[in-house]
Amino acid sequence: MTVHNLYIFDRNGTCLHYSEWNRKKQAGISKEEEYKLMYGMLFSIRSFVSKMSPLDMKDGFLAFQTSRYKLHYYETPTGVKIVMNTDLGVPNCRDVLHQIYSTLYVEYIVKNPLCPLGETLQSELFSSRLESFIRALPFFSARAG
Amino acid sequence: MSRQSNRTTESKKMLWYLPFISASASMHRMNSELFTLTYGALVTQLCKDYENDEEVNKQLDKMGYNIGVRLIEDFLARSSVGRCHDFRETADVIAKVAFKMYLGITPSVTNWSPAGDEFSLILESNPLVDFVELPDNHSTLVYSNLLCGVLRGALEMVQMAVDVRFAQDTLRGDNVTEIRMKFIKRIEENLPAGDE
Repeated sequence: MTVHNLYIFDRNGTCLHYSEWNRKKQAGISKEEEYKLMYGMLFSIRSFVSKMSPLDMKDGFLAFQTSRYKLHYYETPTGVKIVMNTDLGVPNCRDVLHQIYSTLYVEYIVKNPLCPLGETLQSELFSSRLESFIRALPFFSARAG
Repeated sequence: MSRQSNRTTESKKMLWYLPFISASASMHRMNSELFTLTYGALVTQLCKDYENDEEVNKQLDKMGYNIGVRLIEDFLARSSVGRCHDFRETADVIAKVAFKMYLGITPSVTNWSPAGDEFSLILESNPLVDFVELPDNHSTLVYSNLLCGVLRGALEMVQMAVDVRFAQDTLRGDNVTEIRMKFIKRIEENLPAGDE
């Protein structure tokens, strides 16, 4: 099992943070274009899911998977979106993504008045904490994958 | 002995875990007097810096707004409150969860407008004014106006444009302190410009 990469978007579609671990294939476009493409797709999936759902939804879009990877999605009511790609063996990650929001993003970015909101995150502290958080996840290791 | 060493490695391994309740959660329980007095010093300084009360009110509101847009993230991270589906639910969350969490009080929600887009928060006690007496020459000062800004800023971040103002204030001789909230509109999310 493994974690491939992680995106954090804000409510306006700005990519606040990106990091990757076991990504074997790159998109072949610039990172900026990749972020836009990713956000555009997420935005469309959200509206698609809410229109197509035959019932009132609680959480909306949660995840999708292809033959090779799984995309986990978490959105806060303020519109912060955390997206993590893993391999197929990884179970529901909502708690993990919520934890990234509540113990990392809120603690090191929102509570740091010198971190402007709505821009790419520059905080070293945040990046290093996120790095160690992800590396310590039980499903991080690439061995079983 | 071996058990002892075992425990230390375990705690070392756990070092990077943050407490699930954030640091500020225990902070405000620690000393609300410090908060009240700091707020008092802030208002005093603003009154010195600006000639008229209107301007002080405006500055307090602006500062509150800036606090609110950040505070909402802390609030959502610590409470497991999801998106509210109507204004009544919002009112309940504000009064019963948010005020309780940050100020230790639970205002009552009353005076609903027939359309359900307007309500009042009645504060039995206002921790911000614990040691305050308004001098006569500040009759138009809305001492706790920071709260209005906080509410407005926080709600704006969850796509709600709301008008917030003090309708009554015990500091100015009213029987109760009343914050009036009026729902203006839902802020729509847009796809950022430049996308196909």
